[in-house]
Amino acid sequence: MRSELSFNPGVELRNAQLELHHFQVRLAIASGIVLFLFLLLGVRLFYLQVVKHEQLRTLAEANRISIVPVVPNRGIIVDRNGVVLANNYSAYTLEIRPARAGNLESLIDELATLVEITPRDRRRFKRLLEESKSIGSLPIRTRLSEEEIARFAANRYRFPGVEINARLFRHYPQGELFSHVVGHIGRVNQRELEQLEADGLYANYRGTDYIGKTGLEHNYERYLHGTTGVEEVEVDSGGRPVRTLSRTPPVSGNNLALNLDARLQEVAYQAFGERRGALVAIEPATGGVLAFVSKPGFDPNLFVDGIDPQNWDDLNSSPDRPMVNRALAGTYPPGSTFKPYMALAALAYGKRTPQQTISDPGYFNFGGRLFRDSKPGGYGVVDMYKSIVVSSDTYYYMLANDLGIDAISRFMARFGFGARAGIDIAGEAAGVLPSQEWKMRRFGQKWFAGETISVGIGQGYNAYTPLQLAAAVATIANDGVMFRPHIVNYVEDIRTHERTLIEPKPLRTLDLNPEHIAFIKEAMVGVNQEGTGARAFAGAGYASAGKTGTAQVIGIKQGEKYVESRVQERHRDHALFIAYAPAEQPRIALAVVVENSGFGARYAAPVARKVLDYYLLGKLPGPEKRGKDDHE
Amino acid sequence: MSSGVIRRFKHYLARHLDGALLGPVLALMALGLLVLFSASNASAARVTAQFANMLIALGVLWAFANIPPHFLLRLALPLYALGVLLLVAVGLFGDVVNGARRWLDLGVTRIQPSELMKIAVPLALAWYFDRHEAALRLSNYVVGALMLVVPVALIARQPDLGTALLITASGFFVLFLAGLPWRIIAGLAVAAAAAAPLAWSALHDYQRQRILMLLDPAQDPLGSGYHTIQSTIAVGSGGWFGKGWMNGSQTHLDFIPERTTDFIFAVFAEEFGLFGGLALLALFVLVIVRGFLITANAPTLFTRLLAGAITLTFFTYAFVNMGMVSGVLPVVGVPLPLVSYGGTALVSICLGFGILMSIQSHKKLVQT
Repeated sequence: MRSELSFNPGVELRNAQLELHHFQVRLAIASGIVLFLFLLLGVRLFYLQVVKHEQLRTLAEANRISIVPVVPNRGIIVDRNGVVLANNYSAYTLEIRPARAGNLESLIDELATLVEITPRDRRRFKRLLEESKSIGSLPIRTRLSEEEIARFAANRYRFPGVEINARLFRHYPQGELFSHVVGHIGRVNQRELEQLEADGLYANYRGTDYIGKTGLEHNYERYLHGTTGVEEVEVDSGGRPVRTLSRTPPVSGNNLALNLDARLQEVAYQAFGERRGALVAIEPATGGVLAFVSKPGFDPNLFVDGIDPQNWDDLNSSPDRPMVNRALAGTYPPGSTFKPYMALAALAYGKRTPQQTISDPGYFNFGGRLFRDSKPGGYGVVDMYKSIVVSSDTYYYMLANDLGIDAISRFMARFGFGARAGIDIAGEAAGVLPSQEWKMRRFGQKWFAGETISVGIGQGYNAYTPLQLAAAVATIANDGVMFRPHIVNYVEDIRTHERTLIEPKPLRTLDLNPEHIAFIKEAMVGVNQEGTGARAFAGAGYASAGKTGTAQVIGIKQGEKYVESRVQERHRDHALFIAYAPAEQPRIALAVVVENSGFGARYAAPVARKVLDYYLLGKLPGPEKRGKDDHE
Repeated sequence: MSSGVIRRFKHYLARHLDGALLGPVLALMALGLLVLFSASNASAARVTAQFANMLIALGVLWAFANIPPHFLLRLALPLYALGVLLLVAVGLFGDVVNGARRWLDLGVTRIQPSELMKIAVPLALAWYFDRHEAALRLSNYVVGALMLVVPVALIARQPDLGTALLITASGFFVLFLAGLPWRIIAGLAVAAAAAAPLAWSALHDYQRQRILMLLDPAQDPLGSGYHTIQSTIAVGSGGWFGKGWMNGSQTHLDFIPERTTDFIFAVFAEEFGLFGGLALLALFVLVIVRGFLITANAPTLFTRLLAGAITLTFFTYAFVNMGMVSGVLPVVGVPLPLVSYGGTALVSICLGFGILMSIQSHKKLVQT
């Protein structure tokens, strides 16, 4: 340093030396600051890498590893012969993770250049987005074609947060035929999510987008769903899987095998033609439901990926109300199909003997008020057998009056009228079994004795579901032993093939005199042989028992005659028919309601005939013979 | 005979190079290639390209080591004037890239004049103070400050706040080493504190975001906080010894943004841990200490100021970058010198080291 300075001229020596000293002080200060800052940096590294290491390592792992639920295959549903009613198929969907995607509108616009995205898809996506609010991925397009998959795959890097997934979709190959029994699944909504959380089932539904909404899909959800598996997957920052670290496979849901017979169901459904109505057929000895028809139905496949608003409006605004499950929740006055039970009540309470006769002038005079028979002039001398076979109203007006409403109510309750039958799908209506107490509760009014009269012929306040009507007639067929109607025969574990039977459960054995039941059964056989059902069952080739019924939709004024052709279609009477067959050893019991058609004998009994023909003889109905102008 | 030629050739090649500086520089470059290989997912192309950048940068280093300081002294003012002109041109005709007007299209190639100013500003200021060495007055510091403010303002307007701040730093280092009175430094500090709210309102939204984010990265974990959170996780998850080369999950699963360039230190710290990080810090310290020694022994005020500014600027780059990666400084686009992928910064850093070596070796030549 000294040698360096020696170059400078003497005058400036001191000055230069001072300046050099100043500079070196400054440099030393700078060095000190530099070293201090580096030391701070070192401390920061120590803090992150040693003190906070555990925490940050966990975060890095959480970044790296994604716990991916593996959704189990939903159990399939088959009929009693193995015909598939609900199954799954695999298809590719294009899905967006809204949390990672940024501007959704422009993203979808860009995607639309690669795969077809219809305005309907957009609307549906928007609806899903509003409903879900979750961070999961939502489908914008389902059922991608191979070509679309290839096109997207080539451009995938442009779309963070968009992915193609292979997903299982529910499919209902029978379409509308089973819409009201099998039901359908749909996307899990907020309310269901909360319910799952409350039930402690939420974990098992991680990754599951669908849940049973109606019918068996809803009732047997916990069997059908299966157990969700878990996959530990290493993912990159785009959330894309890199490799699988570990895997606990899911357990597929159990399959359901039903008591229903798909062919029988179809025969029954077709038998209604264009008319609305319901039919429930039950195996009397077990309570197994053989057919469960509510017509019209709807295509449950529409609901699988979320129904679009257009179809939803159509279904809801249709005057035929296809969404209403008539067999389960529709309540109808039983009309004359109520008479065999009334007769049985008379026998049970000792109010009538089979041989006791009345004289039927064609009306019943109750305190000056005339209750008319459907046949002007009446049936003359009528005993109990004849009262059922020809369906005399007058006989039952009198009988009802003699029994009184509470006795009727008590007796009918034993057959399950006015109470839910406890079938294994939800949404059952209870119907109305009128009584003094009921009226007080419902209307806050006392019962008028006159109101009992029309109850006797299944009118008045009476209102029952076709399911109740079927369960009641099955109980008669089964000699008073009542089974809980059930649709599912057994649940099958898909791995062990172990079958869990849904046991036929006798609800109760009605305390009835077997002779009384035998008599009623005899009279019902008479209906189909020589009475109101004889025409429909001519040449059946098997003995069957039945009872026709016609239920008024609107009240007919006193002294006015009901003329079918004069009444608006929607105000026409409902036709009803209950039946079982073969008469000696009943294998099937059923109830039919054909809405707004007219007489039960003419419109409901032929439907029953077709169903019984197929079930007992394997006979498929021929082409429709009866024309519209075929009037009696 | 031939060995003599080779020896003389070697001597000719190496006579202006400084081993004590070159050693840690080459070591840092080698580490850079190593970590780049991992950060780029074993991309040979990336590594080869960076190796080529290094050769070019070392060529520039060698060339500048051979340019005597007095030649630089004459070059200082013209270079500075050219730089300011180009910055004005950028402001008027520059191309907009990513919302900032930084590039100037010369027809043949596009240049970023702010890069040139990184060396031109300290050079010019060192020249200015050297000129007035005999009797420095307050007015000299005012002129010096103006020489600094003009290009900085032009760059800040582009906007390129990162570069503007770095150039401010390098210019301030010259002023500081030239003896800027303490009371003015104190006054500047007070003024800066007072002006902070004003400066805040002048910042662009994204710039404010970056600063706010530093205080609480979690407030916007997927937005502006994402870089800091992920790089902090990467660093911290490395632990004492790191996850091992090519084994960083944050790196290889794409969680670290800009991992070959600005955030390469996160990759390094994740894979080599605290020990690797401290070793890297030590290499930087070696470079800086050597730079300070050269500064201390430089023969003239010009060379002293220049050497000091170059060394401190180098430190600033390294510190700002590592501070940003470890989550103590806001995210600014500053690469880690000698390690990050990219040619421009590497060349300008090596140019500085060339000047340092030139100062060191030409001093010796003068002595002998």
